[in-house]
Amino acid sequence: MKIEFTLNGCPVSLSADPLRRLLDVLREDFGLTGVKEGCGEGECGACSVLLGDDLIPSCLVPVGNVQGAEITTIEGFQKTHRYRVLSRTFAEAGAVQCGFCTPGIVMASEALLRKNTSPTEEEIRESLSGNLCRCTGYSMIVDGVVRASKVLSEDGTYGNV
Amino acid sequence: MSHKISQSAVRIDSDDKCRGTARYIGDITFDHILYGRTVRSTRARAKIRTITFPDMPEGYYIIDASDIPGKNCVKMIQEDFPVFASDRVEYIGEPVLLVAGEDREEIDRIISGIEIDYEDLSPVTSIMEAESRDDALFIEYHVHKGEPATAFEQADKIIEATYETGCQEHIYLETQGMTGLFRDGRITVYGSLQCPYYVKPALVHAFGWEEERFRVVQTTTGGAFGGKEEFPSLVAIHAAVAAFKTGKPVKIIYDRDEDITASTKRHPSVIQFRTGFDTSGRISCMDIRVTLDGGAYEGLTSVVLQRAMFAVTGVYEIPNLTVHGRAFRTNTVPAGAFRGFGAPQAFFAVEMHMNHLAGYRGVDPLDFKRSYLYKKGSKTSTGGTIHHPVFLPEMIDRLISKTGYRKKIRKTRTSVSGYRYGIGCSLFLHGCGFTGSGEKDKIKGKVKLRGSPDGTVEILVANVEMGQGPSTTLRKIAAQAMGLPLDRIVYQNPDTDRVPDSGPTVASRTAMVVGYMVLEGAERLKGTWNGKEEKTVEVRYHHPDFVSWDQEQLSGDAYPAYSWGVNIAEVRVDVLTGEIRVDRIHGIYDIGTVLDELIARGQMEGGIAQGAGWATIEVMEQEKGRLKQCSMTDYVIPTALDVPSISVEFLENRPYELGPFGAKGAGEIPLVGAPPAVAAAVEHALGTPVYRIPIKPEHIIQGLHDED
Repeated sequence: MKIEFTLNGCPVSLSADPLRRLLDVLREDFGLTGVKEGCGEGECGACSVLLGDDLIPSCLVPVGNVQGAEITTIEGFQKTHRYRVLSRTFAEAGAVQCGFCTPGIVMASEALLRKNTSPTEEEIRESLSGNLCRCTGYSMIVDGVVRASKVLSEDGTYGNV
Repeated sequence: MSHKISQSAVRIDSDDKCRGTARYIGDITFDHILYGRTVRSTRARAKIRTITFPDMPEGYYIIDASDIPGKNCVKMIQEDFPVFASDRVEYIGEPVLLVAGEDREEIDRIISGIEIDYEDLSPVTSIMEAESRDDALFIEYHVHKGEPATAFEQADKIIEATYETGCQEHIYLETQGMTGLFRDGRITVYGSLQCPYYVKPALVHAFGWEEERFRVVQTTTGGAFGGKEEFPSLVAIHAAVAAFKTGKPVKIIYDRDEDITASTKRHPSVIQFRTGFDTSGRISCMDIRVTLDGGAYEGLTSVVLQRAMFAVTGVYEIPNLTVHGRAFRTNTVPAGAFRGFGAPQAFFAVEMHMNHLAGYRGVDPLDFKRSYLYKKGSKTSTGGTIHHPVFLPEMIDRLISKTGYRKKIRKTRTSVSGYRYGIGCSLFLHGCGFTGSGEKDKIKGKVKLRGSPDGTVEILVANVEMGQGPSTTLRKIAAQAMGLPLDRIVYQNPDTDRVPDSGPTVASRTAMVVGYMVLEGAERLKGTWNGKEEKTVEVRYHHPDFVSWDQEQLSGDAYPAYSWGVNIAEVRVDVLTGEIRVDRIHGIYDIGTVLDELIARGQMEGGIAQGAGWATIEVMEQEKGRLKQCSMTDYVIPTALDVPSISVEFLENRPYELGPFGAKGAGEIPLVGAPPAVAAAVEHALGTPVYRIPIKPEHIIQGLHDED
């Protein structure tokens, strides 16, 4: 089946079994290995990508379902100002250890910040609760997101992607 | 923090990991690569009668025990762990053979056509069953101190209690993975691992070739927690043997369910105390039995048992003591290394027991514990000496005043809006580095530092970055010692063709033991290198001369130095559902000089979360050798919503003289302290004693019912 969608801002087209996992198509057909497989059952969030503005686990989504959709992975998001802010505040907050969950958590943070410019700690924890991290205990990640939202509010670049 | 080195540096790996450009083994590919998938035992204990295969398509291979050029065993301490089961299986999930080929769906089709005909044998699946058999004991040790027999005879009162801890799964976010290559007569293995120089000798043993023909390269490792200490040697041999047979690179990446089913776990334990009080009302003696379930093969069980036994009197000086340790073979997935390595089991037991003894004496647990604390010069459980000052009293005072513990512990147990509130405390230590004479007699670590003409200095060590931060902290040590900017110091993932064997990345040893060698190397290089030529210095491990140890008698200084901690946990228990909500955990730690405040705090917070999880929601049980929780849906770890508010402090200006800039071990200690603090708080909330973790909702409901 021919499947067309927008990937990181570029129109793409491929012939594929529509039941293949979006995760495998992204990693294998497009070489986007920032999208990680941690569990393959939608529990850990390491494979999180954006469909439009919504965070989805790409391991549970058949590629046929993204026909015509707009998909953003960490590889696309990292070209933005908001990524640079998040990467910096994650480093300042000590939010990164082994790093395997990190791209998914960066995408979950972006999904939150797109909708909520100044989230509370509880809202951040709620938004990240689908992304498991075994290294940090989460508080330092939450701190990274808080810092990013402050920077973005202060530098007036919130609306820019 | 006041020490210059404690000021946090930006982690060198942070942006690559955010960006997704850090390359883990699953992200690295090779031309003509094949995938390998493991066919595993579905029986807890059985003979394999026959295996029948479907027609094999061109380019697909079966790899089994007959393909192993050398010995069919994974070299650890004993030689009992087969690479592939050949005629019998001892646990569900034991590898029997591999199927390798280009297309994973085709591999799955082949696997569904393979039939293994088993003759079932009766399995042993619990410590209790194992105790009644004469062939199920792996190992047994005794530790004696003082005159326990006399002290028990003269005891005024003897109290007995039994404590149990459950299995725990590491849930590193990146599953086990390896790629093997066979080129020009050499085997190279790339993979996710903690100990390159455990994997290499395991390959040498399984192939029976000279060691120059093997190279092991660590790839960015997505968490490990001990789960990638010994287990990766098995996966590495699988990938290497498959590469040797097929002549092509072979990649093996475990699915999560497969990883949970087949990889090592924390040892379940049963710890029994008999404690005697003398006529003055002081503890005079303890007789402690430490029993571990080792699973189907011994692996590292003997060393885990030793650490558990040496830790089982906690931070307390007990004058007369016997500790009897046993580890049993059962037909369950092998237990292995897991952050804390036996100490978390021991500390849960001793801390709860001390709380219960305080209750018996009618005094506050903290006041009771305080009168038995180790201090400088105290004799440990193995008759060794505490060589350095112990700052526990001031750490306890600090945390009491910070948390309002005194007021909260006196509160009566009334339900407020359906919750019972509780507060609990734990005191703990962790021995830094290998147990006993391991550093001196087994590891004999070496590090190199190489100055280059471009003005950079490379740290050549076998210790890996798995999230805990040595790619930053080891560089900070060298940079500060040499007076160079951090970006002039290079650290790369270890490759056994390039780095000496500085020992495994385990046992809270990297910062303290390896870091000290890096410091010495940096100081030597600074004095002799002009910054413009290539120059390498090599440093060998020196054992501290104040340490003496008798491995036969298990007596003397089990560790050169200890890190210390105090935790206070605050919880609420839902009286309707039995659910535990951990609200806050406060920690104060003496880890010597902090090498990087953010990294150290990350270790503490992550370890506390992992420990609190084990005490509460991380339930892993088996029935007749079959795990009931084999996926991340069934085995639940804490999410961002479950983890409590955590506050961490470090004691400052207490350097350890043989650690780099005064640093001691820090990786494991947070997991040691959190479970007993949480359990004590639950006990306080319920008003009934806790003897087992994880504390399941049904235990809570039962506790509330007993009270009524």
